[in-house]
Amino acid sequence: MSTQTAAGAEKTVPFEEAMSRYEPVIGLEVHVELGTRTKMFCGCATGFGADPNTQTCPVCLGLPGALPVVNATAVESAIRIGLALNCEIADWCRFARKNYFYPDMPKNFQTSQYDEPIAFEGYLDVEVPPREGLDEEPFVFRVEIERAHMEEDTGKSTHVGGATGRIHGASHSLVDYNRAGIPLIEIVTKPLTGAGERAPEVAKAYVGALRDLLRALDVSDVKMEQGSLRCDANVSLMPTGSERFGTRTETKNVNSLRSVERAVRYEMTRHAAVLDAGATILQETRHWHEDTGITTSGRPKSDADDYRYFPEPDLVPVAPSREDVERLRATLPENPAQRRRRLQEEWGYTDLEMRDVVNAGAAEVIEETVAAGASAAAARKWWMGELARRAKTAGEGGASVELLDLGVSPAHVAELDGLVTSGRLNDSMARQTLEGVLAGEGTPTEVADARGLELVQDDGALQAAVDEVIAANPDVVEKIRGGKVQAVGALIGQVMKTMRGQADAGKARQLILDTLGVEG
Amino acid sequence: MSNLSREDVAHVAMLARIHLEDAELDRLAGQLDQIVDWVGQVAEVASADVPPMSHPMPLTNVTRPDEVRPSLGVEQAVANAPQAEDDRFAVPRILDEE
Repeated sequence: MSTQTAAGAEKTVPFEEAMSRYEPVIGLEVHVELGTRTKMFCGCATGFGADPNTQTCPVCLGLPGALPVVNATAVESAIRIGLALNCEIADWCRFARKNYFYPDMPKNFQTSQYDEPIAFEGYLDVEVPPREGLDEEPFVFRVEIERAHMEEDTGKSTHVGGATGRIHGASHSLVDYNRAGIPLIEIVTKPLTGAGERAPEVAKAYVGALRDLLRALDVSDVKMEQGSLRCDANVSLMPTGSERFGTRTETKNVNSLRSVERAVRYEMTRHAAVLDAGATILQETRHWHEDTGITTSGRPKSDADDYRYFPEPDLVPVAPSREDVERLRATLPENPAQRRRRLQEEWGYTDLEMRDVVNAGAAEVIEETVAAGASAAAARKWWMGELARRAKTAGEGGASVELLDLGVSPAHVAELDGLVTSGRLNDSMARQTLEGVLAGEGTPTEVADARGLELVQDDGALQAAVDEVIAANPDVVEKIRGGKVQAVGALIGQVMKTMRGQADAGKARQLILDTLGVEG
Repeated sequence: MSNLSREDVAHVAMLARIHLEDAELDRLAGQLDQIVDWVGQVAEVASADVPPMSHPMPLTNVTRPDEVRPSLGVEQAVANAPQAEDDRFAVPRILDEE
C-alpha cells in the first residue's frame, strides 16, 4: 500500500510498514558556526545581522594576492570540540581546497580539511527519551563520530525576480559575504546502524545532545534558527537482515530538532516506496520543506573527485603539541547529560520535573538560584511557575524571551525565598513583591519595604483575631471539635481577612487549633 | 601512454566552467596527457622515503589572535564588482531554467 501525502510529494509507505521490511542506516553531518570574534582566516568581525558586506576584506572576498592566516581561537575550539566528542586529535594536519563554483563562494574554493581532519574517531552517547504514551526507560545509543574538521562558511544569497525569494525563476541573485569565512566545524558521524524504527528519534536526540555539548563548551551560540547549527541527514534503507547499505540521500536545510526527526522519518518512508516499486534510489541532495513536511530533489551529489581537493598552499600545517591538547582537555566542562543527572539528584526533582526544567532552559538559572541560597524546590517553583509564564509573552508583540531577560536575577529569587522562609512574607506577599521586582522597583527587600509588605509579627494581634473569629463561628468550631479538622480552613480565611492578609496562614492555623485544644 | 580520454577532458572543462569545441578537446586531450606524464616523472625520482611536500618551508602553527581588524567598508568591498545592487554583489541567475 502506498499513500499520497502533501501536494508535490512522492509516494511513501506508512512508517510501520516500511520498518517491517527495511533497516535504516543514517549518517548526520552537523555544521557549527564558532562564536569567535573574527573569521577563520582574517580579522573581519563575525556579528550576526550587520549591514551587507560591511564585514569583508581582501581575504574573505578572495581578492588576488590576499593571504589567509589561521585564527588561533578557532583551532582551540576545534580541538576542544574533538576532545568533548572523545576523538583523537591529529598531531599534524593540513587545510585543503575544495574546488567548486557557486556565487556564495568568492574564492571559487572553500578552504576546508580533506584527508587530515583535526579530530577523528570519537563517539557521543546519546540518551533517547521514552516515546510519548509508552511506559519505557530512556535508552542510550552510542553515536560513533567519524571526524570533526575545520572549514569556513559561505556567503548569503538573496534571489531576486522570482516568486517569494526562491532561487527557481529568479532573474539574478545578490550576495552578502559577511558570513563568508566565519569558522565552521563540520562534525560527521559514521553510518549508524541498529537504531531500527527509533532512527528518527536517535537523529533528533543526537543533534540535541550535540547542541547541549557545544553550548556547554561555550564555542558557539548554537542557534538552529539563525543557522549557527545546521544539520544534513543522510538516510538509506537495506532489506531487513541484509548487511549491504543501500544508496543514500542527503537531506539539507533541516533547521530544527523536530525537523531532524521528521526529515529522517519522511526519507525512510519515501525510500521504502521507491524500493518496493523495484526502482533504485538516486544518490542526490534533497531539500527539506518545513511547511509541507516533505523533501524534494536537489542536485545530484558530486563525487569527491570533482571537488579536486588539494593541500592549501597558502596555509602551513596545524600541529597541536600534546601539551596544548592536554591543557585544552583540562578546560572541558562536565558532560551535559552527566551534569543533568547530578543536578537532578542534588535537587531531588522527579524525572518529569527535571525534563520540564531542561526543556524550559531553566537548569542554569535554577542552579544559580540554589547557589545564591534558595531551596531547590523554591527555585523551581518561581522559575517554572510565575516567571516561566511571564517569559512566554514578555517579548515584543507578545513574543517569548529568555528567563534571564525578564529583569529578575537568580539572586533576586533567592532573596525572595529568604523573605518567605524567614517569615517576613507569605506567598501572596511574595507574589506582590516579585511583581515589583519585575516592574523594576528594585530588589525584593526594597520592594517589600516600599510597599509595606510584612507579616504581622505581633502574636497578640493574631491571637485577638483568632479569638474573635472563634467566637463568631460556633457552628464551625463544633465541626472541628467533632473531628472535621479540615473545616479549620474557613476560620483561617476569616482570620487572614481580619489581619488584612498580613498574617502567616500556617501560624494562624496552628493558633486556632491550639486555642480549641484540637490536634492538627 | 594515452590515459586521458576526450570525455575526461570534457568533464574537467565542465568542472572548470570552460567551454571547449570538439577540435579543442582532441588537441587538449593529447597535451594534458603529456603534462600528466611529465609530472609522473617526479614519482619515478622520489622514492618511498621522500614524503610528499605541500609547503616549501618547514613551518607549522602560524596563527593570529582572535582580534577584530578593520574591514574594507562596503563601498570598497563592492567597488570592483561587475554589478552591485543594494550593497551586495549582483550575480547572474544561478539555476539554468529547464
